Amino acid sequence: MTSLLKNSELSLEKADKIVSETLNSCDDGELYVEDTKSETIVLDDNKIKSSNYTSDLGYGFRAVTGDTVAYSHSNEISEKSLKNSSDNLKSTLKNNSGTYNSEIKKTNQKLYKEIDPIESKSMKSKIELLNNMNEYARSKDSSVKQVTASLLAEKKNIEIIRSGGELLSDNRPLVRINMSVMVEKNGRKETGVYGIGGRQDYDEYLKNDNWKKVCDEAFRIANTNIESKPSPAGEMKVVLGPGWPAILIHEAVGHGLEGDFNRKKTSAFHDLVGKKVASKGVTIIDDGTIDNRRGSLNIDDEGTPTERTVLIEDGILKNFMQDRLNARLMNTKSTGNGRRESYKHVVMPRMRNTIMLGGTNTQEEMIKSVDKGIFAVSFGGGQVDITSGKFVFNCTEAYEIINGKVGAPIKGATLIGDGPSSLKEILMVGNDMMLDPGIGTCGKAGQGVPVGVGQPSLLINNMTVGGTQL
Amino acid sequence: MIKDQDYLKKIADICLSKSKKLGSTDASILVQSSVSENINVRNKKLDGSERSENLGVVLTTYLGKKKSSIASSNLKESNLNELVDRCIETMKITPEDEYNSLPDKDLHFSGLKDLDLYDETHLSNEDKINYIKEAEDEAFSNNKIVNTNGSGFGENKSNFLLANSNGFADGYKTSQFTAYCEVVSKNNGSMERDYEYTSKRFYNDILKPKELGSIAADHAVKKLNPKKIKSEKISLIFDKRISKNFLSIFASAISSSAIAKGTTFLKDKLNHKVFNTEININDRGDIKKANGSRYFDSEGIGIINLDLIKNGILQDYLIDTYNGKKINRKSNGRASGTTNLYFENGSKTFSELIKSEKKLLYIKETIGHGTNIINGDYSVGASGIMIENGEFSYPVSEITIAGNLNNIFQNITLADDLEFNYSTNSPTMHVEGMIVGGK
Repeated sequence: MTSLLKNSELSLEKADKIVSETLNSCDDGELYVEDTKSETIVLDDNKIKSSNYTSDLGYGFRAVTGDTVAYSHSNEISEKSLKNSSDNLKSTLKNNSGTYNSEIKKTNQKLYKEIDPIESKSMKSKIELLNNMNEYARSKDSSVKQVTASLLAEKKNIEIIRSGGELLSDNRPLVRINMSVMVEKNGRKETGVYGIGGRQDYDEYLKNDNWKKVCDEAFRIANTNIESKPSPAGEMKVVLGPGWPAILIHEAVGHGLEGDFNRKKTSAFHDLVGKKVASKGVTIIDDGTIDNRRGSLNIDDEGTPTERTVLIEDGILKNFMQDRLNARLMNTKSTGNGRRESYKHVVMPRMRNTIMLGGTNTQEEMIKSVDKGIFAVSFGGGQVDITSGKFVFNCTEAYEIINGKVGAPIKGATLIGDGPSSLKEILMVGNDMMLDPGIGTCGKAGQGVPVGVGQPSLLINNMTVGGTQL
Repeated sequence: MIKDQDYLKKIADICLSKSKKLGSTDASILVQSSVSENINVRNKKLDGSERSENLGVVLTTYLGKKKSSIASSNLKESNLNELVDRCIETMKITPEDEYNSLPDKDLHFSGLKDLDLYDETHLSNEDKINYIKEAEDEAFSNNKIVNTNGSGFGENKSNFLLANSNGFADGYKTSQFTAYCEVVSKNNGSMERDYEYTSKRFYNDILKPKELGSIAADHAVKKLNPKKIKSEKISLIFDKRISKNFLSIFASAISSSAIAKGTTFLKDKLNHKVFNTEININDRGDIKKANGSRYFDSEGIGIINLDLIKNGILQDYLIDTYNGKKINRKSNGRASGTTNLYFENGSKTFSELIKSEKKLLYIKETIGHGTNIINGDYSVGASGIMIENGEFSYPVSEITIAGNLNNIFQNITLADDLEFNYSTNSPTMHVEGMIVGGK
């Protein structure tokens, strides 16, 4: 194996020596080396507005003893720099000593190919694709006034060097194709946004003129919202569409089930393992092992192979998502959820692909059962306060439901709910489980990581809708 | 240690001369170096320490009206050479954009650098830990505080050089000292978290640890045992930590990029009344020691002070070179956004404001991203405290607040309690008649 250190002033042997010597008296830790190349090309206002190529190389050196983490990172890869980091870690942990836990599971898991998605498509054809997307979207209707299209590709190679010389590595490709359309009609302006992506070459996502579907969808959402009326305000029944609306699951319970908040007892869920936290029939998993998905990883950023972790089974809370530190302090095993945005960031328990499994109801029966409520098909961002359990998300496509029928589209409303109680309010679970199109980024403590979500259609008994119509 | 100007200049020269050699007609470069040290404490015990050393370069090359950029943290000469090659190759096949160019030479910053943006004070880890432990100690002296989410202290020092092929080359050091305390309160089955945060360029200007801890504790305790209220139309008072968000929204709505594309509800509103006549908004880059102060923007253009809103009327946009050309305006040095953006003080005291109506809802926190700059629709989750007859009466949570920014802006009344704690600052704000979504 050729190490990422091969072209640097630091040899793998020297690195090994410093790592082992630093970490021997600690409970855990590693040297994480990352080499990331990324490219972003943006078409905006009829022009290729920017083409940016970024090459980032650096290391993060971590030592953990008890519940104290010392971290030092730099992009100067040299023996001197690593020794400085080592001194820094030692001075933080000076009074503590631990026993290094060298146990780490091995895997041959290959969930995506070792490809370079940036080089797999020429710059010329990328520019041509963006121009085609722009022209096609603008040709759909004269009301289309603004189009922004972008292509993002990344190749992230990581290497984890543990005390004793063990070396773990992963090569992670990621692409994303985005489209935003603004429509203007009768003095009103609305946008529609859509995107696709995952851990394969661009061309896998562009087969059969799939880029046209991305443009169609962005236009459809914008065009729907042009006709929207003010949203009602207050508590009502909500039907959620399948797929991307699962960011509700991500916000409402996902974050609250991350190990760190529960070890620290600041999550509203910390004392609820084994208890009923959701309606019968609700099963939620966090799965890092689905081929080519945005949230999938062969190994997490501590080297632990990812797995399919059952969080809630038939309504009962089963497991939290763990990294090595929180697992050790809670006497359990890492679930392969230890992630970081880059070498500049410390590891935390983070979600991968968070999914509610399908049930038996149809979307049709859910809508039929509602006298007054809303049908939410797509969302923008969400956010949660894990301590109080309150979460919100913003509808980007929603309709009113009156007497069992879908009515007029309504303007972007915020939905707010309470995490621990909202899952008990689920009345029906659909048979149409769907994964999102591969666009999610989750933020926590200033770190963004790519994630996936999925769910079937859901009928929720009661949520507060933040509209302007009383 | 952060790198000095000579080192940054050497890197800039390598890239600029190589770009020229390979045929670019123009180029600009930013070289940065920073060191930050952060300490986290939880329940009065060291939770973690973090030291970051960052180096970075961003190069943009031009061939006439064609443009491309590269960025890297690997400043080895061999790597830089490779990246400049790549940048030039990409530039050659990128389509022309008539608005691409370096900034106007006449607008380059030149002058004194006397704003006091760098404090060389260095705190040892021990001192940082002591500061934050003292803050947590103070928070825990409140018996309803049972836990912390973690509190931290950070010290950041950075240096940068911005240069371009038109002869601009300048840079300077800045520092930032930041501390936060986030605590968890508990009472009768209710658990809430809240925080206080302080961030200044000079160590002596940040809050004292005891103040930080006691304010955080007070916030968290006041949120305990909240009620959910009925949906209604009600006037809101926005706490200073929330009211400043309306300035950030306003700033993105008047950025020349949004104006040029027409993707803002404030398009075509120049010289129109956007706020009521008592409202004035300024953006000043020349306040000594202030968080948002700077000498020039990310293109090297000198910062001028802007009276963005005068007596409610929109006077100016935030303009950079590229988007300025699209709307036929010269840059006013806002390629990096606003500097120190603030509402001027209103005429009422805080106490007059909260007594101005029989029933008011005081908003202390909003969550979610429910602001639509394109049409002005605003809908976010919120929590706060009900005010009845001028007295704070009970905490409220799990509600939404909604309206349209066109109306919200016209219905703002400000208190006279402006402080310059952040780069964007607002006095306490009263907004008449918004829709609260609740039970």
